[in-house]
Amino acid sequence: MAEFEPVLLANVGKDESWTRRVYEETGGYQAVRKVLGKIAPKDVAETVKASGLRGRGGAGFPTGLKWTFLPQNHPGPIYFCLNADESEPGTFNNRVLMEDDPHQVLEGMMISCYATNCKTAYYFMRCEYPLAYKRTLNAIKECYAAGYLGKNIFGSDYSLDIFLHRGAGAYICGEETGLIESLEGKRAWPRIKPPFPAVEGAFRKPTVVNNVETAACVKHIFDRGVDWFKSIGVPPDPNNPRDAGSYGPKLYCLSGHINKPGCYEAPLGITVTDLIEKYGGGIWKGRKAKACIPGGISMGILKADEFHCPLDFNGPGKFGCLGLGTAAVVVMDETVQMVDYLMNSARFFSHESCGQCTPCREGTSWATKLLTRIKAGKGRLKDLDLLAEIGDTIGIMPGTTICGLADGAAWPLKNTLKKYRGELEEYIKRTNPDGWANTEPVRALQLLSIH
Amino acid sequence: MPVVIVDGKEVEIGANERLNGIQVARRVGAEVPHYCWHPGLSVVASCRMCLVECGQKDAATGKIAMQPRLVPACQTPAKDGTVFVTNSQKVIDARAMVEEDLLLRHPVDCPICDKAGECSLQDYHFEHGRESRRADIQPFTSRRRDLGDTVTLFVDRCVMCTRCVRFTREISGTSELMVINRGAHEEIDVFRYENGEIHFPLENKLSGNVCDLCPVGALGDKDFLYKQRVWFMKSHDNVCAGCSTGCSIKVEENQDHVYRLKPRENPHINTWWMCDEGRYDWKHVHDPNRLLELRRKSTTSSNGDYSNLDWHLLPAELDKSLKAAGKLGVVLSPHLTVEEAYLLAKYVRGLDPNAVVAMGPIPVEGKDEKFKNGFVIHSEKCPNRRGVEAVAAYFAGKLISWEDFLNDQAASLGGVWISGGYKSAWHTDADAAKLAGVKTLVVHDCFASPLWNAATFQLPGGTFAEREGSYVNYQDRLQSFRWAIRAPAGVKVEGQLFWQLTGGSGLFRAKQVLADVSREIGYFSAAMGDIPEVGVDLKVNQLAAAGQQLAGAAT
Repeated sequence: MAEFEPVLLANVGKDESWTRRVYEETGGYQAVRKVLGKIAPKDVAETVKASGLRGRGGAGFPTGLKWTFLPQNHPGPIYFCLNADESEPGTFNNRVLMEDDPHQVLEGMMISCYATNCKTAYYFMRCEYPLAYKRTLNAIKECYAAGYLGKNIFGSDYSLDIFLHRGAGAYICGEETGLIESLEGKRAWPRIKPPFPAVEGAFRKPTVVNNVETAACVKHIFDRGVDWFKSIGVPPDPNNPRDAGSYGPKLYCLSGHINKPGCYEAPLGITVTDLIEKYGGGIWKGRKAKACIPGGISMGILKADEFHCPLDFNGPGKFGCLGLGTAAVVVMDETVQMVDYLMNSARFFSHESCGQCTPCREGTSWATKLLTRIKAGKGRLKDLDLLAEIGDTIGIMPGTTICGLADGAAWPLKNTLKKYRGELEEYIKRTNPDGWANTEPVRALQLLSIH
Repeated sequence: MPVVIVDGKEVEIGANERLNGIQVARRVGAEVPHYCWHPGLSVVASCRMCLVECGQKDAATGKIAMQPRLVPACQTPAKDGTVFVTNSQKVIDARAMVEEDLLLRHPVDCPICDKAGECSLQDYHFEHGRESRRADIQPFTSRRRDLGDTVTLFVDRCVMCTRCVRFTREISGTSELMVINRGAHEEIDVFRYENGEIHFPLENKLSGNVCDLCPVGALGDKDFLYKQRVWFMKSHDNVCAGCSTGCSIKVEENQDHVYRLKPRENPHINTWWMCDEGRYDWKHVHDPNRLLELRRKSTTSSNGDYSNLDWHLLPAELDKSLKAAGKLGVVLSPHLTVEEAYLLAKYVRGLDPNAVVAMGPIPVEGKDEKFKNGFVIHSEKCPNRRGVEAVAAYFAGKLISWEDFLNDQAASLGGVWISGGYKSAWHTDADAAKLAGVKTLVVHDCFASPLWNAATFQLPGGTFAEREGSYVNYQDRLQSFRWAIRAPAGVKVEGQLFWQLTGGSGLFRAKQVLADVSREIGYFSAAMGDIPEVGVDLKVNQLAAAGQQLAGAAT
């Protein structure tokens, strides 16, 4: 592996890094000049495919492959949506890019739109990011003023318009079909699939939805080449035929009980230990680490003795987690009670469930109520079995819901119960010494009595 | 033909049939439970009750590859080789989970809920739910919230299937209903002012359908609320008499009292819906002002007193009086059934072969109202203009309208039979004055009117719920129905009376009369034989006949 040089955050920290002037002084808008009108869109997509770039939004789906799902020779329009509705707790990598280097994102977006033959793009940003909004809007205006957006950009015969759209601020707006619904002015309820957005997306036209960091990566693939991109990260696991490898730089958001929380750029495949020690400055106050969330709370949890887990798209999965997610590492020290973590995650997901599917709407709410009772010292051991079952049924049973929010809600439950069951049992026994053994079910017939 | 495999059984479907998993499962007798899916609305696949296992059979090898995930049957199309499994343990568990979830916060107030007895939640719980409740979340009493003049919402009973919201968006096109809040807090509501007062109430003319659509007791029909338990009522197939659309409906009654009308599925007319005008327009059936006494103007008294008459004496009295009156005329109301109109015209023509046969007035209010999905409330507020017109034209040779009858014919007639059945005033004093010279005036109606007061014979008639026969709607579709309730004491429904007058013995059987009508009158020839529930299209034979005529002319 070549020596790692940060590129995504290269401009962050410079004075007025968000302006076109600074961006261009540091080599900005060179990649797009190389591409537009000079390389056929199909070849641009092939290059991205060859780079092995996987979406940074959470699922890690190969970006180039996603673009090829668009119908060939479609008369258009084809839309491109940039998913800037970052809302997984602990995640702020997109915010850093949008606030400190918005032109980098726009350049990546221009190349992506060119590759997908899209002439209208929507930049969907959550409204809780006022600074990012201000700077991105300013960057778009600068681009229009310079002729980088609009008709015949960079002197090519390619035209592109980007509309900055502010979402109302809901977790589900970040789900790609929820985002499209919201963009269309509707309630952000995820759509049933098929049809997938590539076939029928925004305004019933073929649509690509990509993440902010993904777009930024696209820019660098054309700046530095596929070989450079593939030299970073980890190759596919030969024992796993479904592993497509994890290539390129990645932004990791470090937060929680560490000395230097922040957004850091590191190669895919870095271990949690290295991330915490080399970038995060170790656990705060000299305490011991207890656990960490490897990629946003929907991904599950790693125990301290699992911190050698590599943070690539397949690493956390080997340790019982859902995946890398957004690579937002939230570190918990030894003082944290897992019941608090569980309750917070359950409360978040029940609050953010769109409410469309019964298992997610009711299951997340049920889990929250159970955990609230356990936390209040009225837990029973059988509650843990019930929680595990809720975790198994609301999302883990594939197809139970329209979108993946239920999976995200279920994984912390399932994963924590597996790894910290003893601690949770202890908590129940300690806080509810008389009632914890009660395991009698309430009979259904009681349901039918008049309340 | 495509072959679909459901629970191991092969079922052949039409080459152009677009069926989903629920519909195709029904073909083999497997009922896939569902809340949010409705054949008349868009598919959202959100309740997740209809999850099934799905796979594909390879035509070449015969191997079946099942998907690892469960799929919503409502959203999964049935194609050649599609395999559905609706009864595996995985499917059973998924249903139990959804049922358990839905009952978590449901108040379970079946004893007071209007929907008890026809609630999917109740039915599915017993069929697919768990035997014990594991949640200790206390169900609570239902919160009630008005949505408009016709519908009330019991908030906590709602299972968020959003059928009602989709209905107002896709069928009525009025979009009054919406989902507010998120997750487990979401509720159905209308737009309100900040103080909670309704800004845009649910007040479209199809609003009552949302109560039928609601699979649980969340949306209550205010008109029916707490009036009757559904299991006490009997349901009778009928046809709405409100306008010329002629929606297929069900009349639900208990002990001869109508409690509500509901739409009956008919793909040719009203699909699954009916309008509020028709739905709530049955109150006249039990109106205290309904006429219940058969009376005859005194022949001896000079001040026009009436004396009551027995129904069994009536045929002879009528025969005598009408025969003595001279030239006869009969006015056939568009509220009569085809059979009644035919029998009445036949009776009068039997007394006077040259009797004038005319149409009653056609009530028209406003203009036709068309809704987003194509449903039309017609301005013609009678159910059987076409049918009665065809009968009248058959007997009279040409159609004589009510106005022409009054202006051109009435003065020359000695005896006139006027059939009514209208729900509101349908003629004026001036109209009645034009019939002042008639010696024997027979008026057959439900409510008093100037003509009724001038009648020689006052015959109380029946309403749509008491009739038996056939109506022909605006698109020439004939639907037959039987009576739903017995007429009130004192009333003899038109059909039975005309049957007796024309020499029929025993009880009136509309089917028998329709057979005669369809033999005699070409327009009704398609009504020969059994009439299906969805009715018959009378145009079919006429088009065929016209085609034959054209072909004959060409050769």
